[in-house]
Amino acid sequence: MKAAVTLPDTNKRRLRAQHVTMAHGGGGSAMRDLIDDVFISVFQPDSLEDQARLTDEALSEPGAKLAFTTDGFVVDPIEFPGGDIGKLAVCGTVNDLAVGGARPLWLSVGFIIEEGTEVALLRRLVATMKAMADDIGVKIVTGDTKVVERGSADKVFITTSGIGVIPPHRNLCASSVQPGDAVIVNGYLGDHGAAIMAARGDLALTTTVESDCQSLSALMETILDTVPATRCARDATRGGAASVLNEIAEASGTHIVIDETKFPIRKEVKGLCEILGLDPLYLANEGTLVVFVPGPEAHKALEAMQSLPAGRDSRIIGHVKSGTPGRVEMTTVFGGARVVDMLVGAQLPRIC
Amino acid sequence: MKYADEFRDPDAAKGVLGAIERIVDEIGATPEKPIHIMEVCGGHTHAIFRYGLDKLTPAALEFIHGPGCPVCVLPMSRVDDCIELAERPEVIFTTFGDAMRVPGTKKSLLQAKAEGADIRMVYSPLDALELARRNPDREVVFFALGFETTTPSTALCAQQALAENLTNFSLFCNHITVPEPIKALLDDPYMELDGFVGPGHVSMVIGIEPYRFIARDYNKPIVVAGFEPLDLLQSILMVLEQIRDGRAEVENQYSRIVPDDGNVVSIEACADVYERRETFEWRGLGEIDKSGLKMREKYWAFDAERKFSMGYGRPRAKYEEPEGCKCGAVMTGRLKPQQCPQFGKGCTPDRPLGALMVSSEGACAAYYQYGGVRTQLEPAE
Repeated sequence: MKAAVTLPDTNKRRLRAQHVTMAHGGGGSAMRDLIDDVFISVFQPDSLEDQARLTDEALSEPGAKLAFTTDGFVVDPIEFPGGDIGKLAVCGTVNDLAVGGARPLWLSVGFIIEEGTEVALLRRLVATMKAMADDIGVKIVTGDTKVVERGSADKVFITTSGIGVIPPHRNLCASSVQPGDAVIVNGYLGDHGAAIMAARGDLALTTTVESDCQSLSALMETILDTVPATRCARDATRGGAASVLNEIAEASGTHIVIDETKFPIRKEVKGLCEILGLDPLYLANEGTLVVFVPGPEAHKALEAMQSLPAGRDSRIIGHVKSGTPGRVEMTTVFGGARVVDMLVGAQLPRIC
Repeated sequence: MKYADEFRDPDAAKGVLGAIERIVDEIGATPEKPIHIMEVCGGHTHAIFRYGLDKLTPAALEFIHGPGCPVCVLPMSRVDDCIELAERPEVIFTTFGDAMRVPGTKKSLLQAKAEGADIRMVYSPLDALELARRNPDREVVFFALGFETTTPSTALCAQQALAENLTNFSLFCNHITVPEPIKALLDDPYMELDGFVGPGHVSMVIGIEPYRFIARDYNKPIVVAGFEPLDLLQSILMVLEQIRDGRAEVENQYSRIVPDDGNVVSIEACADVYERRETFEWRGLGEIDKSGLKMREKYWAFDAERKFSMGYGRPRAKYEEPEGCKCGAVMTGRLKPQQCPQFGKGCTPDRPLGALMVSSEGACAAYYQYGGVRTQLEPAE
């Protein structure tokens, strides 16, 4: 986006190519057309100066803190049931900010595009990014484009960085989790991981599961408005809910007990996991948070969460006790108990 | 989930657990002198820990975890052979997912892949066949691994490859069978086993007849079992009833899946493609007579051992099991996983020393994952 100096007249600067070529990354007019037509005309940043110049009233509040985060997105397939890499790139970074208690304000976007990628695909991605950003109320203010030779990337890689503001007196941190706290999730676990696995097509299984990819920003604001004493929240992405719970048990030196009968897991996801020998607790999510609130305020938080679309299926799945520091334990549907450990490497489908 | 939740019903389980407790008392077993039941299959081991059955059943009943995890018992030298095959430039090496992490003497397939070998994880050997059709200029090798559960699907692949006259597809055969190691364990004078829970999905293919010798020649009960917690509990109860009554029979708890005669079509396909090796090495157990399969002459064109001169008996550098590894003792029930000096220390799921820590179905990995062993782990590579 940096190459342009004025808003384009899209009639004149229409990018006619069907596929991205090395020329579109070469710094010349082809690149200018790509940037102006595909990116800037859609994102419409306030200013076309080389760097974004940012101001917001929230910054001037005494005690407010800036939150800054970055994330890379490399999903295969790029488009999947429930979203695409563009939606992931916006929601992923927004969610990183949101679960830290920040109100997301600005995003940067870096595209690494493989030579040969369809321009139509890029346009679709950019359209979902813009729609998501508008919906969330975050602005895409700067960006970068690189084109690499065929085989050096898988169609499109996207990196987004995000800046948000944490209002004064908010201080969410894992170490503040304490015995007596309740553990709440905002919806079904493992949908994203299952949807991606099925969408890759090498399983010869069809499923109706869609990725849960969504923004958690409004949900987090509601939780924090309702229960200001909320201890901490985490976005249960790679490694799934199990990894997040382990991280927090370790950081807070507490013993987390979760109840298998309380987990919201779709029967399609359960079925897929049964067939492949995977555990839905370790499957990735892209719009699922695990939040810790003081026990007495759990139901208040739950009700508030359930009133929003992103929290409709929220459940209290467990509680925190002193017990063995760093331990995550699950009461099984069967009345037994087992340890839920960190995932070792990647989950690999079993032989038989 | 239908056909699964019914077999995970806690109330039904309470009834069976009560019956198990009473019968263990009737037999007169105590925690000092427990009844030893071996669950042969790694899937059962996994289910026992996943549902906490070891904690729900009486202390006077002890599970001995059998050798039924194909990834765990694969000798390191065969993993080395896989890597040698995979590193040939013309080869696309295809494998089931959980074989990727098994350590060879120098590295695992996962490491070889990172170093540039073309190794692809497939969900079915038929996917490997499809890869061969689509890549006529490459040699596609499928790592045929597993017990009687996976053998029919690779046999079908070999038959299909022959029918299509494919010239660029082969199987690296490491199939093994269940009854032979059970016999080897029963012949071990140190083994104290009172009965067996048999692997249901193996019997889905071979039926229950191949276990007859356990009852007839060794006078031990065996019950072929399903994989849900209630299946397991009911099977344990059935074994205990036999012990109490002084019976030794082959019984089928998993009759909703397992016909007594097995799957005749599968058995015929396997017999068409494979024959027994004289002997095959099991990690932790050593050589076991007639326990492995090789391809029949009719299918030699699809036998990676022949195609790439990687025969089972070929001379190779001797390797030693890692020092301190007690997998053999654990697999024969002489040690509990956590009694091994390396357990959770030198040997963890991300850096397995021994076979039983490798796959989630190995006894040590199951203990580690569900038993709450936590030590300071070194970062995974």
